[in-house]
Amino acid sequence: MQVPAYVEYEKATSVAHALALLDRFGPEARILAGGHSLIPMMKLRLAQPETLIDINGLSELSYITVTAGELRIGALTRHAQLLDSGEAARHFAVLHDAELVIADPVVRNWGTVGGSLCQADPSEDLSAAFAALKATMVIAHPGGTRTVPARDFYTGPYETVVAPGEILTEIRITIRPGGGSAYEKVGRRAGDWPVGAVGSALWLDGGGLDCGGADRGGADRGGLDGGIIADAGIGLTAVGAPHFAAAGAEEFLRGAPATEESFARAGELAAASCQPVSDQRGPADYKRHLACELTIRSLRRALARARTHGGGAPGGAPQDEG
Amino acid sequence: MAGARPAAHRRMKAEHDDMQITMTVNGVSHTRDVEARLLLIHFLRDDLGLTGSHWGCDTSNCGACVVWLDETPVKSCTVLAAMADGRRVRTVEDLALGGRLDPVQQGFAECHGLQCGFCTPGMMMTARWLLDHHPDPSAEEIREALSGQLCRCTGYENIVRSVRWASEHEARELRAGQHGPGEHGAVQHGEGR
Repeated sequence: MQVPAYVEYEKATSVAHALALLDRFGPEARILAGGHSLIPMMKLRLAQPETLIDINGLSELSYITVTAGELRIGALTRHAQLLDSGEAARHFAVLHDAELVIADPVVRNWGTVGGSLCQADPSEDLSAAFAALKATMVIAHPGGTRTVPARDFYTGPYETVVAPGEILTEIRITIRPGGGSAYEKVGRRAGDWPVGAVGSALWLDGGGLDCGGADRGGADRGGLDGGIIADAGIGLTAVGAPHFAAAGAEEFLRGAPATEESFARAGELAAASCQPVSDQRGPADYKRHLACELTIRSLRRALARARTHGGGAPGGAPQDEG
Repeated sequence: MAGARPAAHRRMKAEHDDMQITMTVNGVSHTRDVEARLLLIHFLRDDLGLTGSHWGCDTSNCGACVVWLDETPVKSCTVLAAMADGRRVRTVEDLALGGRLDPVQQGFAECHGLQCGFCTPGMMMTARWLLDHHPDPSAEEIREALSGQLCRCTGYENIVRSVRWASEHEARELRAGQHGPGEHGAVQHGEGR
């Protein structure tokens, strides 16, 4: 039988209260959100906090909105809420793709977006998605808030820049015209961590809607002229990518034509920048192969979405350019 | 094994202060002193004696412990009892109404949806939630909804059939003329608790 070790427990009633509790109980206190990473770690004694500060009552941290040209996701948003969010899918289909394959539906009901990010597992899916989207993390501290680029959020496996007295409160993604995004994951079985996974985002010159009548079937073949790539984001997880991203491949894509040849080269560059390790999920060379192939596949789908829908999931409305 | 925990629990009680929690389980309010580290599944089984929910893998993989927390199915081996303080919990004991089986339970009986029965309470709680929100799910949608729950006996085929049976049964009942309150069906279920 696995049970957590003895622990103190406090229920926070607001972000300010949670910060005050963190200050009072010191560095051995941990924020308890969904607990679907922390409680298993406590059962295994891999985490032994002295005090849990339960933030599940903080509805102020549970939301998905579009504000000031940004998609903003509260840190306590459950995975199921992000999966169900038409707003999120419309602007950034990669989030919907990724949520579909995170754990299982029952775990998604209670596990939170912020909790997953703060757990900082090197195989975590949203870390790659937010890296691809060049998201910004908002961190609250007693003096106010600070923001950190998603790619600078992690300081190592299971380590983030969130200091003992701080709380991750929000994830922000700038909405830009001409965008499309997608997530591709290979796992061993339903609900498992990825063997490898890649999220890609593309922004095309000219807003991506210039070929309004383009049929999705043609775009999916990927061989058509896709225009010029204004910007690209590639996020990888479980394959030892520095900062969950492939900066060299992104740089190569910027200004390049959106073609199969460009994507193939980007895949090679992405794979070359990874340092996967062999483990029970697969050998390193296979993971490197996945990094290349899944980069190509996700770029293909991202392009199809950028051209046909201006950024969102198939069936979604064109993205708000405001 | 199940008997070991209460003894350990009592021993710890002498050493550490408990906290008081109140939650509504199957419509009944319960207040208890518990340790903060107590898992919801053990609270339900050992403190309240509701042994219908099963304590399985302990790693949030198998789903035998699925109960509803407020309105959503969760794996109660990975939720602290303290986290349910002030909330509503619904367990498999609440499915049958007035001695009459829920259509999901009838479906499992009709379609042989269980063999050893260990996974069944969790399967049924997730299935009930699915039908409340998607009254006519495809086999694929049922498989997806239950994908976080393991059955080592049935191969899942009969579980999917059981949920389909319940879906069709409820549709028939609704068509049959919207009997009054108290009749089983997706509309009434889960409300007023």
